[in-house]
Formats: sequence, structure tokens, C-alpha cells
Amino acid sequence: MKRIVSLWLPSWATDRLHRKPDCPADRPVVTIAEVAGQLLIQAADALAGAEGIRPGFALADARALRPDLAVFPADPAGDAAALARLADWCSRYTPLVALDGGDGLWLDITGCAHLFGGEKALMSDLRHRLAGFGHDSRIAAADCPGAAWAAARFREAAQTVVEPEAARESLAPLPVAALRLPPVLTAELERLGLRRIGDLYPVARAALARRFGMLPGERLDQALGRIAEPISPRLPPPAFAVRQILAEPILHAEGLAAMLQRLLPRLCRELAEAGQGARRLELGCYRVDGRVAKLAVGTSRPSRDDAALIRLFAEKLERIDPGFGIEAMTLAAPHVEPLADLQLALARRRNETAKGAAGQEADQAPLIDRLGNRLGFARLARAEPRESHFPERAVKRMPAAFPAAAAKPASAWPAGPLPLRLFPRPEPVTAEAADEGDPPLSFLWRARRHRIRAAEGPARIEPEWWLGESGGPRDYWRLEDEAGLRFWLFGQSGSWYLHGLFA
Amino acid sequence: MPIEPKIAHLAALRALISRQAPGQAALPPCPLGLPALDAALEGGLPRGCLQEVIPADEGAAAAGFAAFLLGRLVKEAEGGGRGVLWASLGEGDLYPPALATFGLDPGAVILLSAPSPAELLWAMEEALRSPALAGVVGEIDRLDLTAGRRLQLAAAAGGGVGFLLLRADRPAAAVSAAALRWRVGAGPDRAWHVELLRRRGGRPGAWILERSADAESLQVLESLRSSAAQA
Repeated sequence: MKRIVSLWLPSWATDRLHRKPDCPADRPVVTIAEVAGQLLIQAADALAGAEGIRPGFALADARALRPDLAVFPADPAGDAAALARLADWCSRYTPLVALDGGDGLWLDITGCAHLFGGEKALMSDLRHRLAGFGHDSRIAAADCPGAAWAAARFREAAQTVVEPEAARESLAPLPVAALRLPPVLTAELERLGLRRIGDLYPVARAALARRFGMLPGERLDQALGRIAEPISPRLPPPAFAVRQILAEPILHAEGLAAMLQRLLPRLCRELAEAGQGARRLELGCYRVDGRVAKLAVGTSRPSRDDAALIRLFAEKLERIDPGFGIEAMTLAAPHVEPLADLQLALARRRNETAKGAAGQEADQAPLIDRLGNRLGFARLARAEPRESHFPERAVKRMPAAFPAAAAKPASAWPAGPLPLRLFPRPEPVTAEAADEGDPPLSFLWRARRHRIRAAEGPARIEPEWWLGESGGPRDYWRLEDEAGLRFWLFGQSGSWYLHGLFA
Repeated sequence: MPIEPKIAHLAALRALISRQAPGQAALPPCPLGLPALDAALEGGLPRGCLQEVIPADEGAAAAGFAAFLLGRLVKEAEGGGRGVLWASLGEGDLYPPALATFGLDPGAVILLSAPSPAELLWAMEEALRSPALAGVVGEIDRLDLTAGRRLQLAAAAGGGVGFLLLRADRPAAAVSAAALRWRVGAGPDRAWHVELLRRRGGRPGAWILERSADAESLQVLESLRSSAAQA
């Protein structure tokens, strides 16, 4: 049996305004937006509501009621973004949190409530924390989203538990508006005397459908849990996740490391039971001020070696700002790949002996992970040969974290005497050449003149015109100066360029 | 704190220090195949230590000599790691295919482009601690004594050799944590002019190395002790 919590934040927009320093505390607050050329109230706080000011009022009418009204422009995008952040924060209770319109959330707490001391305790905890952030909230738990939604918004109490299998009796006294119907339909139902949800129970379904369409019957079935209504979680729940609620908020990185040392083995056990290894791990730190600090690490191959994984986090833990304290942590593996026990045992043995060419990759993986997680995996490369006559294009840097399936044969690499240094951009040099087609007698590079003692060449490389290459062919010369320095120079269309240095 | 754990802790620290002290490492030296150099180094290139390679000119001879030493370390790795990491600031201008000349597989070398000198040193330290690598090259402008000591300790722990490839136009620090200091420049006809400027507990030396036209093999053309004494 599922258990769903519906959370309603009736004054979400104005509560957010009240948290701002420039918002007056003693005057009614409203937000406005222009609708069809008229300034209409979008949200009103409790003080304004007490004066009878409701969303949908014209601003002029509201000003007539309370001239000292504090007016702010509505910020639907900001409200939605803040609600999404709140949804992420609510994943401290359950990974399945869905947005419900612009002012509510659904939490699937099936099998989670006992971790917080039962449904009542979980809901009290949530409401209490929201009140701490300055948000008024109403909340209800029921077997299905529809019933929880109705109870949260239309029951007197701010917090309701609709017991399992009790939705029918519990919803009967609530107005039909609790069925999430469009206002037109609600008004129509009320006009015919169908004011309460209970009034709909005896009405024949066919007659209801003939008069009002399919929606009221469908909504009723959803509220009573007769048809399933899945909630769509904002973030896909990771298949592998562990969480820990902390008795005392953690304020230091050392405390985080200690908690991580307890969470990681638990996650690794879960991974081991499923025969999986993590490619990516996400640590969520839930701060007492309602923010979530997140940290992610990647591995170049699947792993569930908790000792190796904790080292990847160690570099980054200090980047987490605990604020006023961290009171809950989750550790999830959103990206996993199959990892057999045998592979793991082999990897361990390779790491211990560090022997043989086959073992080399496995040995280097922990190092590459450590370097890559701090510097970025793009900064770690291995060279791979490419088919090209041009020296600078004959090599490509491939990410070192994803090694090639097989080592390239020596023949795949460019042959002949090669420079150990190759400048990414050939450097123009002033050369003194004897004749057209002859090597330079001397050239000036970095403010020093190099007199040529020996020259070999030329080797001509034609432009790769199919790549849109412009410029003439390059005539490469290997030159040695009087001191023994060896250069790789090329002449192109009458100019000379230094491209590399031989060792 | 009671006194016994303190004493035990001290003893453990002493053991750690004695294990990591340069020159006392149990690692066998790596023979270079050059009798004159091997004799001067008492058996070959010491492992598990930091070495400076200073270019004597703006050519690539110093980088080539470092690549030659790396190639020897990989070939003679036996039980140890065979990996090689070459770290530079940004992408650098190393042309990997040329590493094959020195017995290295160009595709097996990890090329690291560090965003800053501090990150380069951090990465070198991490790489030196890894038992998977035979050698690590870091191309860097300058190095302070503390950073050098950290690298030396890391190399002693990991068993590989760290090469600091310094720049020709910067004077090398008078004091250094490195176990060896080389200075390498080009000589006529593809020769290398190699000087061992400093060696812990040993004598300096200088040699002219002759290289065959295409192979990785080198031979000592001439030993010049006098020039090192001047340096």
C-alpha cells in the first residue's frame, strides 16, 4: 500500500517576499501582474487576506480597502525555482518528490515514515522546519495523491492523516472543489446541489459523465484510490542510495568525512548485492537552513571499493559549506555499471602486485580517478595516432580515463626522425636562405641567431585540401646549428617557420 | 597522553623516516646500459627519488634525456609499476610519437595538462605516490624547497622517479631536495652533453653521449670529469 503526502504552501509567494529585508512586516503584502491591461493581485499574505483582499482583485480595489498596501511584482519563475529547490531539500525524507502546481509538493513516503518516527512525526517535522524557514504549510498523508491533496487543502486541521482505506469516509464532507476540478465544473456541480464529495457517491457514474464529462468521475476515482495516479518525481530516484539523519548537526569537514565512512560501506554493500559498481556518486548534505549542498565524484571504471571511493571524496569535502550545520546526508549512485566479484578480486590483486602489462590499466585507474576528480578528466590524455601527413594532426589527445581497447601498433605512429617538441603553432622565423630550394644559412629565433652547420631535406608535405587546408606545400628541413641544436624548419610560400625541436 | 603511546608513536615515526631517507631505499638501482654512468651512479639510476634535469640550452636535449631515463625505468621495471606520466602547464609542446625513440609506448604515457604550477605539483605528488608508475616528469619553471621535499617523500613512498624538467633560462635553486641534478645540452652530431652536477653522497661527473641514428641505444663517447668540477 502506497502512502502519499501532499504539502500545500498556501502563501508561498508572499512568504518568500516576507523573508526579504525590504519587505514591511506590519503592512499587508500582495504581488501583482498585468493581465489583459489590468493590474491584478496574484498573491496576498495573511494580513491582506484578513482585509478581504484575494488573488484576482484589481489592484485599485485592493488599494481602496488598504491604502498602505505593500505591492511587489509577481515572480512566477522565481517562485517555481524556489519550489524546485524545496523539492530537492525534501528528498531528505524520500527520494520521490514531485512538484504539484506552483504551490505544492507530493512526497511518496511509502516505507520511509518509520525512519522519522511515523507519519505524524514526519509531517510535524516537515511543517516545523518549513515554519522555521518562514513558510506557512498545510499537509496531509493518504493512500493516494488525490485524497492527500483534498485533505491538505480542505480539512480544518493544518495536518491530517487519512488512515489507510479510510479515504471514502474522510473525504465525504469535503466540498467538490477538493476534487481538483476546473472552477467552471465546480460551480456547475454546486448549482445542482452536489456540494460535497459525499453527494457524488450515490450518483450513477453514467449520468455524471453525460452531464459533466469524464473528468469528475475520474477525479473521484483518483481521490478514492480506485485508479492509480502516479506522481512524477522531479529527480529520477537513484537505484542505489543510502541516507543518514544526524542527531546533531555537523559543522566541520571532519564530521562529514566520518559520516561518509559510515555511508559508503552501506552503499557498497547494496551495490555488491546487485553485482554493480558505481561510475558516479552524489553526496547530498541537507543544511539546517533548508539548502542542499551537493558533491559528485566520477570514476573511470565501475567501483565499489569503499576505501578507494572515500579518497575521491576526501579532496572535495572541504568545498562543502556546512553553513549552520548539516543535519542529514544522502549518498547515491546515479550511474552504475555491472561489476562482478571476480573483476573486483582481480583488480585488487593487480593493485597489490602491480605486475605485468595487462595489469597496468587497472593499476593506473585509481590515480587517474584522483587526478581527474580534482583537475577535470579533460586534463588527462593519452596520445592516439591519426591518419594524416601533417605532424600536428597525426596525433590526437584522447581522454586517459577511457583507454583504447587495444594498444596501437608501432606502425600506426608517424615514422622517421621526429621532433620531441612540436609547437602547436609554427613560429615564424627570419631566415637567411642562399637560394630558392636551398636550406637557410642561418635564422633568427627568440632573439638569437642560429648558424646552420648541417641540413637534411627537403621533405614536402602537400596541404590536405579535402580538409579545407589553405596555403602552399610545406618543405621541411632538419637543421643542426653550430652548437648542435637540432631544429625542424619548414618553408612555405617564401616564409620560414620553426615547427619543432629534435632531442 | 600517557607516555607509552607517545614512545610507540615516536618509534613509528622514526621507522617511517628511516625507510624514506634517501640513499637507504631498498629499491635496486636501474641500470642505464652505459657503463661509465652506471659506475658513477654505483649500479644505475636510483629509484624512489626526485631528480632535477636542467637544460643547458633552449633545445630539446634535456627533455630527450629525461625520456631516455624514463624508457630505461619502464624497461627495467620488473615488479614495479610501468606507467609514465608527463605533466606540463597547459597542453605543453611534447610530441608523443617521438617518445617511441626512447623505448616508450607513445599511447601509454599519461599526458597531464595542469591548470597552474600548484596543481601541477599536487598532481606530481599524487602520481609519485602511486605504485603504478615507473616515472613522472613535471615541466615547471621553479620549485621551492618545501615542495621539493614533498615530492621527494612521495617518490620514496611510491618507488618511482620524479623528474623535474626545469627551464633553461631560470637559474636552478642552490638548495634543493632532489637526490640528483642533471644538466643536459646538445652537442655536435646528435650527441648529448650530460653533466651530473650533484648527487647525494657521490661524486659529480660529465659525459658526452653518442646516439645511433635511429635506435634508442646510446653510448658514452667521452667522460669529462673536469667540466663538472667547474660547474
